[in-house]
Amino acid sequence: MWRRDAGWWVLLLPAFALLTVFYIAPILQVLAISFTDPEPGIGNYERILTNLSVQRALLTTLRICVITTAIALVLGYALAYAITLASERGRRWWLFCVLVPLWISVLVRAFAWVTLLRRQGLVNQTLIETGIIAEPLPLVWNEFGIIVGMVHFMVPYAVLPMLASMREIDPRLLAAARGLGASRLTVFRRVFLPLSLPGLIAAGVLVFIFSLGFYVTPAILGGGKTLMVAEWISLQILDLIRWGLGTMMATLLVVSILVTLAVFSRVVDLRRLFGSGAR
Amino acid sequence: MNGAYGPGWIARILSIGTALYLVLPILIVLPVSMTDQRFLSLPHYGLSLAHYGTVLTSPEWLGSIWQSAQIALAATVLAVLTGTAFAVAAWRLDHRLTRLLMALMLLPLIVPSIVYAIGLYRYFRWWDLLDRFAGVVIAHGVTGIPYVVITVSASLAAFDPRLEQAARGMGASLSQVLRWVILPRIMPGIVSGAIFAFIHSWDELVMVLFIASRDVFTLPRRIWDGINENLDPAMAAVAVLLVGLTILLLLLDIVVRKRSDG
Repeated sequence: MWRRDAGWWVLLLPAFALLTVFYIAPILQVLAISFTDPEPGIGNYERILTNLSVQRALLTTLRICVITTAIALVLGYALAYAITLASERGRRWWLFCVLVPLWISVLVRAFAWVTLLRRQGLVNQTLIETGIIAEPLPLVWNEFGIIVGMVHFMVPYAVLPMLASMREIDPRLLAAARGLGASRLTVFRRVFLPLSLPGLIAAGVLVFIFSLGFYVTPAILGGGKTLMVAEWISLQILDLIRWGLGTMMATLLVVSILVTLAVFSRVVDLRRLFGSGAR
Repeated sequence: MNGAYGPGWIARILSIGTALYLVLPILIVLPVSMTDQRFLSLPHYGLSLAHYGTVLTSPEWLGSIWQSAQIALAATVLAVLTGTAFAVAAWRLDHRLTRLLMALMLLPLIVPSIVYAIGLYRYFRWWDLLDRFAGVVIAHGVTGIPYVVITVSASLAAFDPRLEQAARGMGASLSQVLRWVILPRIMPGIVSGAIFAFIHSWDELVMVLFIASRDVFTLPRRIWDGINENLDPAMAAVAVLLVGLTILLLLLDIVVRKRSDG
């Protein structure tokens, strides 16, 4: 049997070799450096308890991620709900609105938000010209800007897993509940919401772990003042040349993501998630 | 729609609002790119294509576009060849070990690219691959593999394994089975995977920030510098060109799928 299958096992090799040598190895190296630089031991990890800059980066990241996830879930849920209940033709348009932003360059999207939100940006200009405000509002290069841009990035990732689980709900159940005299709110609360819960949790986990290590959008819309973990790491490595601290934070990031995934692995089927993302 | 259950007004307003929030900010780059002003703004007196001219005659922008296209193509070939072979073999073997390897293959989708990027920064110095075309191709190719593995696996899910066994039973060799039985069936999956691997490389910034500096200066890198240094309408023109290309690729994907369904 093994002999007969030998050819197939060989086909696995190129991808496996490439991944081991050029993906796993560099990441394991990051792990190793965090324990050896500047001196062997867990000195870098002790900084989590003592270093203010480390703590501030962690807290900022956590706060922004929680807010982003919450907003993205609410907006994504409404969108997924509308898509599920839409007609066949309407559904195609809705999906287009979700999928096109998903694949458009994250840089282009961040650039568009800068154009809109900066001091002389279109939003402030319009508000001033119509006399609603006298002074431009600080809409970007702060936490507000980061969250606006991040939610925009994450909503499609929230919609897809929720949509997958909502589509398995039999629409006749809803009509039946209505027919039996339940109010709209009751139908939603007692029938639809519980049935869509697995998708909601999966979406929450996905959006949260993507937000944790997000670099581009927070870096552009935060303007270097509000540092999230990813940008903080890059600062340590490129500007301050503190490899020990940078790799420690990177390790912490990967470990938190893997732990989150492991905890929720029963509800989140990653392959299915990304499979539907590509569809 | 008799008796069908539709969304209530709260859901309707919230969902339409969200759809507008997703799409409108991206569309705004179109009018801004056609402004007649020399700074980032809406057109004042009329539309102008001058900023497109600036981009399309600038050797820097064109050089970066060309370099990004080459890198993305090479990375796509790398990801498609290895990823397809892997997905087909994993599907055929369906062994405990292959399922474990499959989970390993998806790591690049989960581990943030900043972590991989700083790892490569050290690792590639040792391999002498920093600021090299080959280095970026390898980094983008490896991280593109999961997209191919997922789309090919999805197209294999609907494929009856007995067809392959029948072909083998009638004396076809491994390469004959691959070429005549399996590949034609999974072609749409391969094409989708290729499109996504291409977009992945074409848009990738974080790794490039660390492993490339002067000789390799991709399009995302140039846009990044542009956003951080000089916000001018030429940037909006680049953004429009990029959005156009992405939509084109997505339409191509839809066409390929339609044809395979019909």
